[in-house]
Amino acid sequence: MKSIFSPTQSRAKRQRTGQGVSASQSHVPDWGSLPHHIVLHIFQYLSLVDRARASSVCRCWNDVFHIPELWRRFEFELNQPATSYLRSTHPDLIQQIIKRHAQHLQYVSFKVDSCTESAEAACNILSQLVNCTIKTLGLISTARPSFMNVSQSHFVSALTVVFVNSKSLSSIKIDDTPVDDPSLKVLVANNSDTLKLLKMSSCPHVSPAGILCVADQCHGLRELALNYHLLSDELLLALSSEKHVHLEHLRIDVVSENPGQTQFHSIKKSSWDALIRHSPQVNIVMYFFLYEEEFEPFFCDETPVTHLYFGRAVSKDMLGRIGLNCPRLVELVVCANGLEPLDEELIRIAERCKSLTAIGLGECEVTCSGFMEFVKMCGGRLSQLSIMEEVLIPDNSYSMEQIHSEVSKHLGRIWFPDMMPTW
Amino acid sequence: MAPNSIHWFRKGLRLHDNPALQEAVRGAGTIRCVYFLDPWFAGSSNLGVNRWRFLLQCLDDLDSNLRKLNSRLFVIRGQPANVFPRLFKEWEISRLTFEYDSEPFGKERDAAIKKLAMEAGVEVIIKISHTLYNLDKIIELNGGQPPLTYKRFQTLISRMDPPEMPVETLSSAFMGCCITPVSEDHSEKYGVPSLEELGFDTEGLPSAVWPGGETEALTRIERHLERKAWVANFERPRMNANSLLASPTGLSPYLRFGCLSCRLFYFKLTDLYRKVKKTSTPPLSLYGQLLWREFFYTAATTNPRFDKMEGNPICVRIPWDKNPEALAKWAEAKTGFPWIDAIMTQLRQEGWIHHLARHAVACFLTRGDLWISWEEGMKVFEELLLDADWSVNAGSWMWLSCSSFFQQFFHCYCPVGFGRRTDPNGDFIRRYLPVLRGFPAKYIYDPWNAPDSVQAAAKCIIGVHYPKPMVNHAEASRLNIERMKQIYQQLSRYRGLGQVLAISSGLELHHCYICYSLPLNSSWDIVPRKFSQFFGLLSQILHYAFISVYINLPHQDGNISVYIALNSCISANVFVLRKKFWLINTVTGYFLLASYIKNCPSNC
Repeated sequence: MKSIFSPTQSRAKRQRTGQGVSASQSHVPDWGSLPHHIVLHIFQYLSLVDRARASSVCRCWNDVFHIPELWRRFEFELNQPATSYLRSTHPDLIQQIIKRHAQHLQYVSFKVDSCTESAEAACNILSQLVNCTIKTLGLISTARPSFMNVSQSHFVSALTVVFVNSKSLSSIKIDDTPVDDPSLKVLVANNSDTLKLLKMSSCPHVSPAGILCVADQCHGLRELALNYHLLSDELLLALSSEKHVHLEHLRIDVVSENPGQTQFHSIKKSSWDALIRHSPQVNIVMYFFLYEEEFEPFFCDETPVTHLYFGRAVSKDMLGRIGLNCPRLVELVVCANGLEPLDEELIRIAERCKSLTAIGLGECEVTCSGFMEFVKMCGGRLSQLSIMEEVLIPDNSYSMEQIHSEVSKHLGRIWFPDMMPTW
Repeated sequence: MAPNSIHWFRKGLRLHDNPALQEAVRGAGTIRCVYFLDPWFAGSSNLGVNRWRFLLQCLDDLDSNLRKLNSRLFVIRGQPANVFPRLFKEWEISRLTFEYDSEPFGKERDAAIKKLAMEAGVEVIIKISHTLYNLDKIIELNGGQPPLTYKRFQTLISRMDPPEMPVETLSSAFMGCCITPVSEDHSEKYGVPSLEELGFDTEGLPSAVWPGGETEALTRIERHLERKAWVANFERPRMNANSLLASPTGLSPYLRFGCLSCRLFYFKLTDLYRKVKKTSTPPLSLYGQLLWREFFYTAATTNPRFDKMEGNPICVRIPWDKNPEALAKWAEAKTGFPWIDAIMTQLRQEGWIHHLARHAVACFLTRGDLWISWEEGMKVFEELLLDADWSVNAGSWMWLSCSSFFQQFFHCYCPVGFGRRTDPNGDFIRRYLPVLRGFPAKYIYDPWNAPDSVQAAAKCIIGVHYPKPMVNHAEASRLNIERMKQIYQQLSRYRGLGQVLAISSGLELHHCYICYSLPLNSSWDIVPRKFSQFFGLLSQILHYAFISVYINLPHQDGNISVYIALNSCISANVFVLRKKFWLINTVTGYFLLASYIKNCPSNC
């Protein structure tokens, strides 16, 4: 930045020392009369603090500082020194944005640390965004979900301010927040034509009826993320109605907090079928964080899931059913499994899931022969194959070295199992 | 007159394979082996009692081995920079030797001492023997940058000559007429201090599970090789309940303090492999333990911020939580997860834990459950772990917390399931957490799920005698996976929608996102160089199927540099052609990569 701020100074210095006079003088631009669009361009890549400082250099730069384009995107970072290593957006800057640039904001996100005060500060800012036309709003907890600790009424009233005033929201990410049905109703009443993306995983105050209302009214919705308890046959049918655009992405989190206390319902095959008829290309992504014994209701019928992620141990039976009932499967990640090798299950998945292109195995066991069989069957279509070294059990047919060369041969590229440091 | 030498011991606490020590003796009239210890520093340092004990045992052993050669070890109280000038004068020193230290702090200290010695007219001889290779050579072979993946590192190693052979052990014959002048009051002035003298309370201190010293190290390496020969299997041993316990064949603390030469270990392994397998070229995997260590030394040697997140160019900035109470629970084995607490207890009592146990507790502290900075965990290991070397400790923590080295971050260890699979019976837990001894195997990993009657029968009520679990693992791991995704997918790749929100399609498994910014005021002549470094780095992450590179270029000229760099990169490695590869210039918003795109129409 120095070179921009002090051209005359440095020229003066050079003249005094008598060096490079002729060269520098002919090249020194008049920084104050740079065209606005160039200054704007430069400003976009300055940190906010630098931008604010630069704006006090001259009238021209100050004019640029207030060009709306510069203020379309803003990320409020709210952290407390006691809970975060990262710095916050300066309070003066926040005030300035609210006062002078609120009407220009289009893409707004809030990143808050695990402290409740930070989340409250975010809500306070939200409730002041009255004259806005925000398109994208993201509330992001960077550590623990601190929005959940804000009083629900405070949170909801702040969020409603944006929902009511913006009227052209297209993308909203409000995972892990106390958003509720009435606030979703306000969202729908004001933004039903523009809403394209809604991410609201782990919002315990929303009911299936609340999300159904969104699906019924917002026909442009293309991406949706929610928890399994909000997923219903009605919801899938609503998303499959004629008026509705093709759904591109549906993400479902299946979470249980205590073993045996959550009963999981099942979804009818006809509802899934309706969704796939309506949106043949849709990605259906499911994240499972369940105990082994809770998997029973899932995948007993054909399910059009494309991406599967098992964050905890998954039962062998469940993996067996995936091979039988998930023909659209593209990507499979198994973080952990019991002690028995998964050979048969994997081979069945290779046989039946013809679109499978990516697989990741964490704490599981597969014999080297079983794994080789799996790789042979999938061949080059496996664009991503991430297996921990510990997963593979050497047997009489293959050693680890052989596995590396054989798998590389079948994939058509150099492949290694993932390794962790031996210390 | 034959020179008077000082050999300065730091690491490398051994007489075998010690080239710098040999140089000290060669042709010298007198030799004095010194070790610096600052008693004031000892009391205030953050090293735990086990580490100090190990060190003192090493020094004792060194002293007694030197006595066999009619020499002694001189333990000097004070700081090298303050004391050396006096020693040079008092002992009329003309030669100083020491082992090369690759760590940034050590390099700085040694440079200062070297300068000081030269000024005093003392010749300085430095020899590499703590690592297998000259690390600078590895970096040079990689185009001036340390390799950032282990695979890349292995590739480089395989292109290098094998390490140098160990030199012979210092012997009376080698000493020849080189002597050590020892005064009457040597023990008072220069003796190895006891733990008590350093201010440690040793009452009730159990005997060392890992006794320090070169003699012990050499016994262990023989046992280690005997066992390997007996098993005749050179694969990485699979983990079981037994491998969790301190083994009389374990070597890592001895390598850390240099009681055992890594080169000696390397060549003994090679010999054994050839004898048993009857083939001449052992695979690199045979040296796994040694090469990982070497990898982290290489990554750290040019990076003084290697143990920090801020200002460390290879560390991803992750918005970790600051939570001193949670950190203390973890460090003091009070998490309420028996598997984690047993490991942390073993660490505190014995100073060593199995490497998979390290993964388990490191994952739990950072990305798995508590979301606390790896720097905090590293400091606890620094205090307690016998083999925690600065480079290896920081490197492993960055690795395990997915802060560097391009890790897949879906591998999260479950604090219940992982232990249960390793040791289904739970004997490890009963050994280190006697309070849980009464629990049956079914509940020993998650005792909070045990019915009241079982808790009563075990004489251990959860929440009273043993803490309740401090987090809900399912919920924590769900959140943390999301957090990790936020970090790795800062930019949206959704067509036309929000610029701010990270919108994933599918799982994170696929994708490597890279953000690369050039500072606005960087001068243009450095751009091509920066980019070639950058693409050198890119070639190390080939295992990702899709690579999106977001480049912030403050100037259009930059595009040309990217173009040049990319082209040279393509001609050097055809890898990109097989990958989906996006290069997105976030500033000027257009590509100057037409010919590149032509090269691989199916991908772009």
